[in-house]
Amino acid sequence: MSEAAAAHAHDEHHHEGGFVSTYLFSLDHKMIGKQFLLLSLFMMIIGGLLALMVRWQLAYPEQPVPGLAWVPEPYLYDGIIPPETYNMLFTMHATIMIFFVVIPILVGAFGNFLIPLMIGTKDMAFPILNMLSFWIAAFAGGLLISSFFVEGGAAAGGWTAYAPLSAAEVYTGVGLGQDLWIISLVVLGISSMMGSINYITTIINMRAPGMTMFRLPLVVWSLFITAILLLLALPELTAAMAMLLFDRRFGTAFFLPEHGGEPILWQHLFWFFGHPEVYILILPGMGIASEILSVFSRKPIFGYRAMAMAMIAIAFLGWVVWGHHMFQSGMNPTMGMAFMTTTMVIAVPSAIKTFNWLGTLWGGNIHFTTPMLHALAFVSMFVIGGLSGIYMAATPVDIFIHDTYFIVGHIHYVVFGGSIFAIFGGIAYWFPKMYGRMMNETLGKIHFFGTLLFFNITFFPMHIIGIGGHMRRIYNPEQYEFLEPLLHWNEIMTIGSIGLGIFQIVFAVNFFWSMFAGEKATQNPWHANTLEWEAPTPPPHGNFLVTPTVYRGPYEYSVPGEKEDWLPQARPGSGVAAAH
Amino acid sequence: MAKFSLFPESASTIAGQVDGLFFFMIAVSTFFGLLVAGLVVFLSIRYRRRSDAVATDPPLLNSLRLEVAWTIIPFLISMVMFYWGASVYVTMARPPDDAEEIFVVGKQWMWKLQHIEGRREINELHVPVGQPIKLTMTSEDVIHSFYVPAFRIKADVVPGRYNTLWFEATKVGTYHLFCAEYCGTEHSKMIGSVYVMEPSDFQEWLSGGSGSAARSAAPVEVGRTLFAEKGCVTCHKAEGSMMGPSLVGIFGSERELAAGTRVVVDEDYLRESVLNPQAKIVAGYQPVMPTFAGQLDEEELLALVQYIKSLEPVDARDESAEAHAGQGEGNG
Repeated sequence: MSEAAAAHAHDEHHHEGGFVSTYLFSLDHKMIGKQFLLLSLFMMIIGGLLALMVRWQLAYPEQPVPGLAWVPEPYLYDGIIPPETYNMLFTMHATIMIFFVVIPILVGAFGNFLIPLMIGTKDMAFPILNMLSFWIAAFAGGLLISSFFVEGGAAAGGWTAYAPLSAAEVYTGVGLGQDLWIISLVVLGISSMMGSINYITTIINMRAPGMTMFRLPLVVWSLFITAILLLLALPELTAAMAMLLFDRRFGTAFFLPEHGGEPILWQHLFWFFGHPEVYILILPGMGIASEILSVFSRKPIFGYRAMAMAMIAIAFLGWVVWGHHMFQSGMNPTMGMAFMTTTMVIAVPSAIKTFNWLGTLWGGNIHFTTPMLHALAFVSMFVIGGLSGIYMAATPVDIFIHDTYFIVGHIHYVVFGGSIFAIFGGIAYWFPKMYGRMMNETLGKIHFFGTLLFFNITFFPMHIIGIGGHMRRIYNPEQYEFLEPLLHWNEIMTIGSIGLGIFQIVFAVNFFWSMFAGEKATQNPWHANTLEWEAPTPPPHGNFLVTPTVYRGPYEYSVPGEKEDWLPQARPGSGVAAAH
Repeated sequence: MAKFSLFPESASTIAGQVDGLFFFMIAVSTFFGLLVAGLVVFLSIRYRRRSDAVATDPPLLNSLRLEVAWTIIPFLISMVMFYWGASVYVTMARPPDDAEEIFVVGKQWMWKLQHIEGRREINELHVPVGQPIKLTMTSEDVIHSFYVPAFRIKADVVPGRYNTLWFEATKVGTYHLFCAEYCGTEHSKMIGSVYVMEPSDFQEWLSGGSGSAARSAAPVEVGRTLFAEKGCVTCHKAEGSMMGPSLVGIFGSERELAAGTRVVVDEDYLRESVLNPQAKIVAGYQPVMPTFAGQLDEEELLALVQYIKSLEPVDARDESAEAHAGQGEGNG
């Protein structure tokens, strides 16, 4: 492996290594990005199937899951999900989707692929660290999947792993599975830290001549801020995970009250990581949407500096709102008030971003391509997720809806409605540069409209049943007499989720078919301004034939007086609008 | 399909206030949600691709006035929500002085409750209508959460500490009690009921009810016995001793610690001082008290704390407490 890697390093412009050095242990940021993408899409299938099983149990409790009669006991009993397995399902669904799908796609795939291309350099600052970062993430994913097959099954403490439930085997009956869960996240944290260091270093030091910070595309800004958040948040999570593992295996009592530990400490540690984490999940999505909206409105992004500043504000405020997850954990009301204020205030930069996206559309010349549709859906769905977040800032309301399906609806509007729509849009937008071929527009639109429809059918009713008092993480809602009027919603949502799953097959078909048989892409099919479109399609190892020089900001579309409605960053030129 | 209503039934003094704030937020978020979604659709259609590739009129690129407007307006709305939310929050966080105390101990997967008079219940809670009730709650194992949707109240029941919750029921009836915090395999079966009764019915239920099996000594009496049996009384005499401070009248007061800091004596402090006596040593005393961890279960601890709370200085008592005075001095 190291031989191949070394050989590769000498071979910058010609991509003629063997299979192993080209596709497995590549040092090329673009290949590493694509590796992250494929790994995450694979994990998304697993996470999605787990979610479908959860949905099945909620709509048709204790009835056999169709087609799963073969699964051995004690996982399923003739296809019937027992509570132990149910608890495992929702724990692993969330863990996989957050840590192994959304972060690796946004940060691992788009971060790797886009940063060097968009800032105009030939690769990441530390290519070997980059390659290691992928393989460590893949190893962490393997550890997590393997935990399904150990005695006692996979982790069942919820993705938040609240101690003491997660801190002693006796409370959940899960032994090695929970340990593997902890170790997997610690290992993944190492991978993310390597990636973050790489991104920060690359963006600070390796920008092309003329590429000032305020000429960076917003997606690069978002990845830069995300990398800083990851670098600061993950070591803290890693420490907390180590403490949890020590409590489980080595007799410490950080979180075990019978020996003087403090369960609430875990919640502080977890959410001090966990809330910046939410912004890690959404900021790159905001960046991707900003790129797509500007390109397909054929208009500069509205208020570029305000957009960058709003992301910085979100990143700062994201550190001081974690307490709103803990209003009913037994918090001093004075502290509660402080967290209320910060959480209310964080709505402001989010509102700024939303209205600036609308301002971008205003007066544009909008092209309804698949990426654009996803970006428009991102704005609309993210707004619902953002607005439902404000309910958590008003403590009396939060206390009522805490641990209900309202919260589940909220997080899915942010992470699916927000991040995943941005991911689909981003894949369709950059696919030509990644694979040299266009994705099919018809299949893309079928996938988009099906996903948008069934997404809303699956997740919007969660707000309604949450307000009605339907709690999250309950095995069998039919045990609750007062939920009876709400139970038909569970069936509707489950049917919605099956539809949502089916439409993802369209995406998978489009993705792989287009990779091999799609229409050949030109160098700049969207007539976009940013630097990645200056490189050949697909870009060779080393990216640019000549290092580009940057003359202007990234969004100079429809500049008055220009013949065309785009003016690339690297084109020396008319200077009519060199205002940036 | 049953009649649809957005909120569950409401049956406490706080429920109306929470729902009012909730409705306000739903109105605001629906307005902005529809505004943004409407604008996305409207702008998309209005500015869809035109035949000519280049825009004819220079589009709006930036506007300080607009940026300021959509910074200030959301900020002001969020501050209204903050003020409203904070005022309800303060009401929810402070139990009224006349609240009756009930003790709650959660465990996988049941609720154990005890009234101040001694009556115990499991997964059921009987309370009089129109009487503020303060719950003092802890857990024997993992975190649970005491949730009565009809009262709009919820608080985690955390092992190793006391959390409190209060409510005043406004309607006679039976209401659901749930554990809202995921607590392990049978979490979804941790279900109970709250029975809100007329005060007279409640008194009848409390004084007799379904036989003597459910009756036991009042926590304060259990605590008095434990205080003697466990030997607390040896050092913590009413008049104080070389070994330990007097505990008479300390509840609610501020104590100076050997470390130089000060601490207000509340339930959590008393609990900690029993289980981990070295944590906060009162100024002027040696750290000689042994731990009682493992010797007392959660219900006994609650009883002991209750007894220490009941110790008042002799001159502060009224005549009705006269009967207890002798014992109080003897044990305190």
